[in-house]
Amino acid sequence: MSDTHAQTVAYVRDSMLPEKPPPIAEKGAIKWLRENLFSGWLNTALTVLSLLAVWYALMAIGPWLLNTVWNAQSLRECREVLDGASGACFAVIKDRWHQLLFGFYPPQHYWRPVLTLVLMFVALAPVLFSQVPRKMLGFSALYPFVAYHLLWGGSIWLPVSVILGFVLGYVAYRLLARFAPLIAIAGAILVPVIWWIMFAAGFTSAMTSVAPIGLDFIRSDRFGGFLISLVIGVSGISLSLPIGVLLALGRQSDMVFVKSVCVMVIEFIRGVPLITLLFTASLLLNYFLPPGTAFDLILRVIIMVTLFASAYMAEVIRGGLAALPKGQYEAADALGLDYWKAQRLIIMPQALKISIPGIVNTFIGLFKDTTLVVFIGLLDPIGLSNAIRADTDWNGIYWELFIFIGALFFIFCFGMSRYSMYLERKLKTDHK
Amino acid sequence: MSTSDDLRIKTTAPKPAFRLSMLLYDQRYRSITIQVFFLFMLMLGAAWLIDNTVNNLRALGRDFSFAFLNAPAGYDINQRPIEYNSQMTHGRAALVGFLNTLILAVLACMLATVLGVIAGVLRLSNNWIVGRLMTVYIEVFRNIPTLLWILIFGAIMTEAMPAPSAFRGDDPAASMLFNDAVAVTNRGVYVPSIMFLRDLGDLRLGPVAPSLNWLLVFLVLIVGVYANKRLIEHATAVQNATGVRPKTWWKSILILLGPVVVIFIALGAYLEYPELRGFNFAGGTHLRNSLIAMWLGLGIYTGAFVAENVRAGILAISKGQTEAAFALGMQPGKTMRLVILPQALRVIIPPLISQYLNITKNTSLGLAVGYMDLRSTLGGITINQTGRELEGMLLMMLIYLAISLTISGAMNVYNSRVKLKER
Repeated sequence: MSDTHAQTVAYVRDSMLPEKPPPIAEKGAIKWLRENLFSGWLNTALTVLSLLAVWYALMAIGPWLLNTVWNAQSLRECREVLDGASGACFAVIKDRWHQLLFGFYPPQHYWRPVLTLVLMFVALAPVLFSQVPRKMLGFSALYPFVAYHLLWGGSIWLPVSVILGFVLGYVAYRLLARFAPLIAIAGAILVPVIWWIMFAAGFTSAMTSVAPIGLDFIRSDRFGGFLISLVIGVSGISLSLPIGVLLALGRQSDMVFVKSVCVMVIEFIRGVPLITLLFTASLLLNYFLPPGTAFDLILRVIIMVTLFASAYMAEVIRGGLAALPKGQYEAADALGLDYWKAQRLIIMPQALKISIPGIVNTFIGLFKDTTLVVFIGLLDPIGLSNAIRADTDWNGIYWELFIFIGALFFIFCFGMSRYSMYLERKLKTDHK
Repeated sequence: MSTSDDLRIKTTAPKPAFRLSMLLYDQRYRSITIQVFFLFMLMLGAAWLIDNTVNNLRALGRDFSFAFLNAPAGYDINQRPIEYNSQMTHGRAALVGFLNTLILAVLACMLATVLGVIAGVLRLSNNWIVGRLMTVYIEVFRNIPTLLWILIFGAIMTEAMPAPSAFRGDDPAASMLFNDAVAVTNRGVYVPSIMFLRDLGDLRLGPVAPSLNWLLVFLVLIVGVYANKRLIEHATAVQNATGVRPKTWWKSILILLGPVVVIFIALGAYLEYPELRGFNFAGGTHLRNSLIAMWLGLGIYTGAFVAENVRAGILAISKGQTEAAFALGMQPGKTMRLVILPQALRVIIPPLISQYLNITKNTSLGLAVGYMDLRSTLGGITINQTGRELEGMLLMMLIYLAISLTISGAMNVYNSRVKLKER
């Protein structure tokens, strides 16, 4: 080769030159700045505008946020300490944090909601993370009863009698399964219902008089603050997913009548604001129930919020079902699976995976919507912030309370959205 | 018997006689059984609820009637898009509330769309700081309840804005914006309003009486839009025939704006500026704090959701589409308009419309800052005064349902038109 070149070119370099460092504008911070902030006149203008906006925001809020007062008994005292300077009075949080978190829950019992929250994470762990041992799911199933007893208290025999109903249903199913599957299912539904309606109340009162075990009973109207948001939000979230799946399946069903009823329910609930449903729960439910029935306002709100979220959940899952290629349904049929097996083994795992972002968005929306209970007189954090402001000590305090409440909601909702991203990455099986 | 006959007989299955157990075990009949059972339980439940309601109403000595809508309302509404005073009926008050709901919904939808498109596009920008700022905006607004945002904007308007008296004097503490046109005070925002020297009067149309001047302007605008559409169709036809597209932009501007300007001049339109008179501003249009708080709260909050929809829509179009369009020799502008946008809109529009639905439903939070929407009039004061919870709530739910179904019906039509055709 070099011989050929020797005849045509005067000079051929036969050794590699050492690498030179890149020009200053093409490396390190300068390159990054050029590429990311000043790559053209439009980008430069945007960068300058953004920097100005950040600067003004910092100038407006910074001094106020840095100059905070944490020790004061009232807004007047705060202003005396600040002495005319601009500053935040976070003393209100120090003074009232327990109300914002627990409402009027008796202070000597604060350990109960805290323990419930801790146990909630324990119960959630096996559901959320597959690394946790599967045996923990047993505790997760038991958790609703534990949480109910911890939060409301009363006789321990009430939740026990409810659990007994489920146990009886299971026993009935196992005993009848040898005759016919249909009879077994009917037994598994009828036996617990009969137990709950006819015997549970007697069992509870009898056992309570024999062995009065249990925590102090705490009425629902003592609940408030972030506790109430969490109780409504978590119950709504855990109940709305199964109901939503059923509604979505009903809407996809071939049975004309079931389908039209599901469509009507979903469209009605999605078509009216949540607030009208909450007013129905607080004002109108007495019209629809037999005279003399009165049940807990928090329970009514949970039912309404669950129904509301279920309709949205149904639409999200329907989207997942529709996004599934038709071949999956046909493959399930070709394998000879019946409807429920096909749904459980083939359709739902994929459809739910597709709809994870939508499901979590619905959860987040539901959790944020718990603030609407303030309109029917429940004292959620926003209701309590109004109550705190109505106190002469803290009359006229806004931003500090809003920041505290906003931060609490942000932590929970942001956490949920990050978890959904983790789950999406974990379940991803395609090669996009 | 021949062999072929044998075979034929074997392949024809005997038709089994119908047995009762087939209702449960035969797939052909089971769905009918389930549906009949379902229907039975549903009717039982409905009958139970209706029976309870009738009994409860009788026990309370009430009837079920909507006659209260014709009784005098006796309360005032501070934002009146149509003529209203406290002597008028509850039905009229509900109509005013309904119009207020619609006004707020339209304003908030526009704000959310503008903010959402800008934030969604900018979040994808290569500019590091702009992308981060938009992420902060989207995450902060999406993860905090809308009710809190409405209250925050309400508090900003009432607590952080100057009082009208601050605008007084030789060296005022506050000044009006945009060359003395807009005054932002703690009693609301005052903006200039368009007035006419020659008033054509009102058109009597049952419960509402729109101004004839505005109707005329609106009519001219619609005619202009229609004419512009014809012009563009003509340009496309010429392009298809000759391959050269005639320039239309100056004709479009002329057709759209010319007649409207002529009408405005003919009617003697002028701007009425707000002025400080006595303790307050007078003249112009007064946007109340409640409206501003709801508008900003709903608009900026929902804008964050729209931004995510827009971003998802743009990301959903694969890069190959852009590259293919470039390979065909298209300019970037045409690529966006003819290739990317039509496909991205298919992804963006359905969630966008459900965000509009959310805005419409969230206007019912107006109570928090005292905005007199449908829920505050019909579902609030009217119910409290007449004690007709059942009828009032039913009527209100039906109205919201009608709005929602109209919007989602429009969305379904759009969806089926742009849907990808599959098996």
